[in-house]
Amino acid sequence: MSRSVTILRTGPQALVQDLGRPGNAHLGVPPSGAVDPHSLTLANRLVGNAETAACLELLLGGLTLRADASCTVAVTGPSTEVRVNDRLADSHQPVHLSRGDTLAVGTPRTGLRTYVAISGGIDVPAELGSRSTDLLSGIGPDPLNADDVLPLGTPGPAAGADVVPPHHAPHTLVVPIFLGPRDDWFEDAETQLRQGTWTVSDRSNRVGTRLNGTRLSRRDGEIPSEGMVTGAVQVPPDGQPVVFLNDHPTTGGYPVIGVVDRDHLRFLGQARPGTTVRFRPLT
Amino acid sequence: MFNNPTIPRIMGHMFLRRCGPDALLVEVGSLTEVAAVRAALQDLDGIEELVPAARTVLVKGALHDVRDALKTVDLTRKPESRSREVTIPVVYDGPDLALVAETAGITEDEVVKLHAEATYEVAFCGFAPGFGYLTGLPPQLHQPRLDSPRTKVPQGSVGIAGEFTAAYPRATPGGWRLLGRTEITLFDPRAGQPALLQPGDQVRFVVA
Repeated sequence: MSRSVTILRTGPQALVQDLGRPGNAHLGVPPSGAVDPHSLTLANRLVGNAETAACLELLLGGLTLRADASCTVAVTGPSTEVRVNDRLADSHQPVHLSRGDTLAVGTPRTGLRTYVAISGGIDVPAELGSRSTDLLSGIGPDPLNADDVLPLGTPGPAAGADVVPPHHAPHTLVVPIFLGPRDDWFEDAETQLRQGTWTVSDRSNRVGTRLNGTRLSRRDGEIPSEGMVTGAVQVPPDGQPVVFLNDHPTTGGYPVIGVVDRDHLRFLGQARPGTTVRFRPLT
Repeated sequence: MFNNPTIPRIMGHMFLRRCGPDALLVEVGSLTEVAAVRAALQDLDGIEELVPAARTVLVKGALHDVRDALKTVDLTRKPESRSREVTIPVVYDGPDLALVAETAGITEDEVVKLHAEATYEVAFCGFAPGFGYLTGLPPQLHQPRLDSPRTKVPQGSVGIAGEFTAAYPRATPGGWRLLGRTEITLFDPRAGQPALLQPGDQVRFVVA
């Protein structure tokens, strides 16, 4: 009999994500994948999955699912309440579900995105080598709804458990940023970045973290569309920077003042609206 | 040097612009030079992304080998085409056919003939998955975008804008002048080769 889980409640947004489909930008296909890959791969290791297996990425928690077969689950990301059949369980630990058990993920105390790995991984069809939902271009499964039944793959042998403290998203982020490729569009880009202060806008999403605050002074005009990397900080004419996350467009015409160091990008992806952001330019 | 921007490194007629720790933006002067750079880099091992655009090629990974390869690239020579040839059947009944004919000062039949007789090349993809910007458009058909873009351009629409022509892989907003439509699948994410058009491909439109 095939293994599956049934979604009972999604919370604000529940998506299937793995490590995405990088390498397809020349076809106009965004990389997509988990905004916080560190938490996704950890969740997978906790339940004995390959790190590349597909998980659930939840925006502000709120998901309830029912196990239609015996399975092991793990919830990672920021610290959050987890319940099995209404009894408290731990996040950042493997948790066993028997057939018919329900798992409820609460709203994280800090941060934005929690990850739920299920032994065997979510086995929806892959598109361009990935099961990730790309909200910009509509590739991959649709955002999840209540009553969706998600097939699971065959579980592997349990691996050794990681011991991990949950991530706490801070109120202030200091983000290392490499200058370029278009820092020459800005008068003294390095000083402008170092001295500015921004807050995360509530218009942020998987395409990008939008920042409000110090207006970055730049030349007028646009650049003929050019390739964009994840982490690129685009500056539109209003001077308010946008940091591209996983579902970013593959090309764009606003100058990129700098690129956020990859290891710090997930902290921006976990930053709630209102979080203070400063940059630390690397030259 | 403390307050200076990162001066792009000049190599021949190229600007090499740093794009984070593991990517470079190679800036050149024309679409032909973009094609030459892309061709010079496409077979290097270890490249994670190679994204041609209008005046740039973004390359991620293998930066040491990339710099070496760029030292010897001849920008003046169009790379030898070893690409696929793709034929796209078009029904030329687009809503902007009359506007395009009027702008060019020719008849609608002549517009169709011009568009269907040219040979195109995929310069780059972008905007949406599988959306290829094709060069080779006859100069009479180099026309501006619509003053007011459509909120929904139907899937398969074939249009022109500036020096480019393209077919819309799916319904999106768009401001290109529409000449017709094709039934062919331009993008299927579950196919082994999802995009019908890839940079470097030679393309012809035929009257369906």
